[in-house]
Amino acid sequence: MKEQNLADLEASFNEKLKQDIRIEPKDWMPDAYRKTLIRQISQHAHSEIVGMLPEGNWITRAPNLRRKAVLLAKVQDEAGHGQYLYSAMETLGFSREQSIDDMHTGKAKYSSIFNYPTLTWADMGAVGWLVDGAAIMNQVPLCRTSYGPYARAMVRICKEESFHQRQGYEIMCTLMKGSEEQKAMAQDALNRFWWPALMMFGPSDAESTHTQQSIDWKIKRHTNDELRQMFVDASVPQAELIGLTLPDKDLKWNEERGHYDFGAIDWEEFKQVVSGNGPCNAERIATRLKAKEDGLWVREAAMAHAEKKKAKKAS
Amino acid sequence: MKNNLFTYTLRIADDSLILGQRLSEWCGHGPIIEEDIALSNIALDLIGQATNLLEYAAQVEDKGRTADDLAFLRFEHQYLNTQLIEQKNGDFAVTIVRQWIFDTFRLPFYEALQHSADKQLAAIAEKSLKETKYHWKHSSEWIIRMGDGTEESNKRVNDALILLWKFSDELFYMDDVDQALISQGIAIDLETLRPAFNERIQFVLQEATLQLPDSKWKLSGGRQGRHTEHFGHLIAEMQYMQRAYPNMEW
Repeated sequence: MKEQNLADLEASFNEKLKQDIRIEPKDWMPDAYRKTLIRQISQHAHSEIVGMLPEGNWITRAPNLRRKAVLLAKVQDEAGHGQYLYSAMETLGFSREQSIDDMHTGKAKYSSIFNYPTLTWADMGAVGWLVDGAAIMNQVPLCRTSYGPYARAMVRICKEESFHQRQGYEIMCTLMKGSEEQKAMAQDALNRFWWPALMMFGPSDAESTHTQQSIDWKIKRHTNDELRQMFVDASVPQAELIGLTLPDKDLKWNEERGHYDFGAIDWEEFKQVVSGNGPCNAERIATRLKAKEDGLWVREAAMAHAEKKKAKKAS
Repeated sequence: MKNNLFTYTLRIADDSLILGQRLSEWCGHGPIIEEDIALSNIALDLIGQATNLLEYAAQVEDKGRTADDLAFLRFEHQYLNTQLIEQKNGDFAVTIVRQWIFDTFRLPFYEALQHSADKQLAAIAEKSLKETKYHWKHSSEWIIRMGDGTEESNKRVNDALILLWKFSDELFYMDDVDQALISQGIAIDLETLRPAFNERIQFVLQEATLQLPDSKWKLSGGRQGRHTEHFGHLIAEMQYMQRAYPNMEW
């Protein structure tokens, strides 16, 4: 009888997927689906929060008032994205606190791109243009992902990400219209961020352990390699338009495929950065951990005050 | 008259600019995500206010300088913010106490300035007042939470009050610049704001089970361009790009 119930539940879940009906928090779902979502959404939330650091690094040094305001607004949006995503994840029965602890211990990951340093102002351009650009490629299809709270969070996030991407590209455009020093700064930023941006789509399809199952569950709509190709195809004309050269000698248009061919990605570097050996991994985690530890007394104070207020009200 | 209005506007602008700069140092380091969002939001409001005010100051000065020139290309002694504003962030209690003292001043200040005979200052004040109401609510709530929270939070917020209260009086600093403009209905007689300021301070402190420090000692100098040791570092960082790469578009 019990097994029959489970089979019914599973059939109803699969039917919903088939008909593109969203799965909602109170619906039955397979454990593995829940776990996959918790992993993916938390990874996404952590990326937003850690992602505040490389750009936050330049807020106090932004070159003029307008750029300072725009960059602040952008980094603030990222904190907001982290917040909605943690909330979406919490609907799956996993707490924000536990999830953040998992990131601090290295059990949960965040996007490897944020382990690269931001060395010049042009990096604010490259990060906005390429990193947010890659994020959009990944995230637009997630607006149609099968889990309701995640899909709804993504609709809001994508609107803001496209503003982020445009502001990054606009920084690059301005630099490329500027002095020789500014052009060199922009090119250098592109050289450093191009390959890590391509790695943001994750391992190639042949190596990806999660892709097929996620596609079957309609969590993902495209494979890593498909998204990476879309990103390259979109970025090449954008770079050319403003006179930037992509750092890839093998990059060329393939008439037959209707896509750009591009060079081999250094997967060893990807593996090393993901497993903690990137230029800034230790520093990013240490910074987040410090924020958590330094903020402990603040959170305790807020809770203690709320308790006292509640007790006062009750008496 | 022109010089007085320029200086007067700059003093208001610099408080917003420097506090916005200080708060933006928190971005990504707040005690909870919600506070990262709130502090960045307040920083953003303040940078916006500074931009409006510096644009107006540049226009009043009429020497071809822009708001960015004023923000990024003055020397230390040419910034006219109060010393309270430039104090280092310290822990969350120091940041919030600094903010709260400032917000408690800014609230009646903008309420009065929105009726200034100078239409531009009045319009900026009206817009900024809406933001300041939220800032004050945010900082006051945290003063209460910290004061009435745990033993540790009460001690930290109390220490922050001892550290910062001596800088609060400079917010009421007035000189010939103010006097000249008060007579024309442009500037605010800051003495008239003291009752509203004191009342709000006492109201929040009472809720927070806190008291003002006993010492009546006051420190000041910022309004005349005399700053603390921290200030040079703050502007070195803020001005870096404009100093390293002069005369470029960004």
